[in-house]
Amino acid sequence: MNAIEVSQLSVAYEDNLVLHDINLSVPVGKLVGIIGPNGAGKSTLIKAILNQLPNKTGDVEILGHSLDPKNHLVGYVPQRNAVDWDFPTNALDVVLMGRYGHIGLFNRPKAKDREKAMKCLKSVGMGEFANRSIGQLSGGQQQRVFLARALAQEAEIYFMDEPFVGVDAATELTIINILKELKAKGKTVLVVHHDLQTVNDYFDWTVLLNKTIISSGPTRKIFTKENLQQAYGGKLFFMNEKHNEVLAERGGLNAIR
Amino acid sequence: MNEFWVLVTGSLVGITCGLTGVFLILRKMAMIADAISHTVLFGIVMAFIITQSLNGIWMMLGAGIAGVITAYLVQVLQSNGLQEDASIGVVFTTLFAVGVLLITLFAGNVHLDVEHVLMGEIAFVPWNTWTFMNLTMPKAVWMLLFVLLINILFLLGFYKEIKLSTFDPIFAMSIGLPLVFLHYAFMTLVSFTTVAAFDSVGAVLVVAMLIVPASTAYLLSKSIKRMIILSMLIGMLSAIGGYYFAKFLDASIAGMMATTAGGIFLLVFLFRPYEGLLMKKRKLVNMNNLTIKS
Amino acid sequence: MLSGNLLWVLAGASLLGVASGLIGSFAFLQKQSLVGDAAAHAALPGIAISFLIFQQKDLPLLMLGAIITATISVYLIQGIINRSKLKSDAAIGIVLSVFFGAGIVLLTIVNQSSSGNQSGLNDFIFGKAATMAKSDLVWLSGSALIIILTCLTFYKEWKLVIFDTTFAKGIGLPVNLLRFILTAITVLTIVTGIQAVGVILMSAMLIIPAATARIWSDKLVTMIIMSALFGAFSGACGTLISSLKTGLSTGPIIVITASSLFIFSYIFAPKRGLLVKIQQRRKIAKRVLKQEVQAS
Repeated sequence: MNAIEVSQLSVAYEDNLVLHDINLSVPVGKLVGIIGPNGAGKSTLIKAILNQLPNKTGDVEILGHSLDPKNHLVGYVPQRNAVDWDFPTNALDVVLMGRYGHIGLFNRPKAKDREKAMKCLKSVGMGEFANRSIGQLSGGQQQRVFLARALAQEAEIYFMDEPFVGVDAATELTIINILKELKAKGKTVLVVHHDLQTVNDYFDWTVLLNKTIISSGPTRKIFTKENLQQAYGGKLFFMNEKHNEVLAERGGLNAIR
Repeated sequence: MNEFWVLVTGSLVGITCGLTGVFLILRKMAMIADAISHTVLFGIVMAFIITQSLNGIWMMLGAGIAGVITAYLVQVLQSNGLQEDASIGVVFTTLFAVGVLLITLFAGNVHLDVEHVLMGEIAFVPWNTWTFMNLTMPKAVWMLLFVLLINILFLLGFYKEIKLSTFDPIFAMSIGLPLVFLHYAFMTLVSFTTVAAFDSVGAVLVVAMLIVPASTAYLLSKSIKRMIILSMLIGMLSAIGGYYFAKFLDASIAGMMATTAGGIFLLVFLFRPYEGLLMKKRKLVNMNNLTIKS
Repeated sequence: MLSGNLLWVLAGASLLGVASGLIGSFAFLQKQSLVGDAAAHAALPGIAISFLIFQQKDLPLLMLGAIITATISVYLIQGIINRSKLKSDAAIGIVLSVFFGAGIVLLTIVNQSSSGNQSGLNDFIFGKAATMAKSDLVWLSGSALIIILTCLTFYKEWKLVIFDTTFAKGIGLPVNLLRFILTAITVLTIVTGIQAVGVILMSAMLIIPAATARIWSDKLVTMIIMSALFGAFSGACGTLISSLKTGLSTGPIIVITASSLFIFSYIFAPKRGLLVKIQQRRKIAKRVLKQEVQAS
């Protein structure tokens, strides 16, 4: 059984197709990078899988079931800027929101839920900030709180939308280590990502996307020059790390190992 | 005794609106409340035209329906690409104009003049009583207590759901919260609150009581619970203070309640801890001292 | 019958429609349609204060008071947004409702004094287009002309400032001054209009024609011209319809005319109309279906 099985998925906004004819299988226990240029539909793909879009056709199966929030199979980290960080609440409270799916309607969070939330907050190195107003946290700290909230969901498959945007290097390291731990526990993690430099280090499975699936499979196999050219249309600019200069090589993707 | 009932009514308006207002501010829907407070007129007139009575229950129903229609129409226009402020503006001015026109055409003679609906007359509240279970209280007080009860029950039942769907709707959707239901249930509550309050303070000034105390509390709060309590307290304080100021000046009670709420907001805005203007100045002075020292 | 006075009202309402259509377009593009609503409400205390000070109901004096408080309200909204975590919706709501509340307090105080009792200041809340005196209408038409001329003068500067402030600053435009003039002219429009259609319906005149024009056009020039035409049409039509039967108040009819134009455009306009959109959706559904059939 695969973690995710998508067949013939299409999404349209107004009069253009944002995603078309997506067929995708992801095995259980992989750390997956979803890679593609701007406007390729990366976030849309996640939202479509999570059944958040009205104009969608096609089928999605999560661990062999159709998606139902009641199964608590899915954990989700939306983009950080989708949220109003002036909201009057503290870090622990946000993490506690990850338990709401388990707590259910009309029930209030119990001491056990609080303990769990605190444990998750500590696991991302934010224990001492539990009572801090979320507006007073740095970008990286906010992202860790979001990750802790997803951990509190105790899901089998995690979806993360651009978790590394606007965070410091230390946070990026913390997050990737936690993701690798999740993987070691047999969970599946899908990450929308756009830094090509780190793909090889972070992910053992890669999905290359540009409106449709260009290629998907083990990173070693599919993260190749040819596939990237196809996804990015050969217009890729690469930064040569050693000389720190921009090599605008049309199609010459030497920077990729 | 009359003064007592006016104060009770005013305080109940402050408390009920203060409670509802908190989530209006957090959901960035203050102007939707403004829109609803205007279109409630349309609902009431329609209710009157259909039933030919000024019974509170029909008015409540008409207002509730008008409120939900307003929220729905704004949503429709917005999802089809018209920007939010214009969507709100188009919907409420149109329905308000239709409401005013219907009054002049069909309800000119009854006690339903536009001025009354817009400005209310809290001073007349004590004369219009209603007895239930051997308890005689002004009708407005009954209505407000009823709506306050519904508000509290709703929040007790859905507190964590409405909180999460306000803070992070995308995440809320992913764990299966019924966002659409929550949205329209809340809009219905806002309509109920508006109609219960406007008989005493008028539709336009309901907006003041919905938005201003909650905004003031927002500036002073780091948690929602504190914001709710502060908002209700400030609402009550505005109502009571407004009543006495109005008595002193012999001016409009409802107008004075709104003005008092505005005064409290101004004070908090200027002197609030950490961010107030005075604090900022003081901080600047401190910084200047520091630079001179070093 | 087109009596002399009706002709004046007709001219006034049309000119007001053109002025508010023009200014409404700029407010719409700045996403400040509801700021106009707040400014309209904020004119009320200004009118009352200037009556209390001068004890006359000379229109120019009352308008001056209205302009001052309305301008203050616009800058207060900006101040609240800039200096606190409150968002624009709350800032607008606060200013709108508190100024209006203060206005009502002041009106009750005006009405206590013997001279104020007959002042007819209450008319400013609901407007009195049909019964306006000729001298008032001369004022109305005059200031509508000023508004229209100013819009023509600053058209391209305002366009740039609204679209890209940083760039406008970069090429040396006096951005703050231009913004101030736009605010002042917006306030003048509102103050001019409220005596005819009233505080609340004045917002409609600013918002609806501009929103209607936006449905028809993607180009600023076209949008502004259409907005002005829609405004003029609503003003003229509303005046004529309401003159047919006594008891039909002019303000609401003008607004309902404008709304009818909006609803018609919303459904039938090419490109952005509802019917076209529904068609587009069907097309896509068909396309997707085809692909699926081919795939399977």
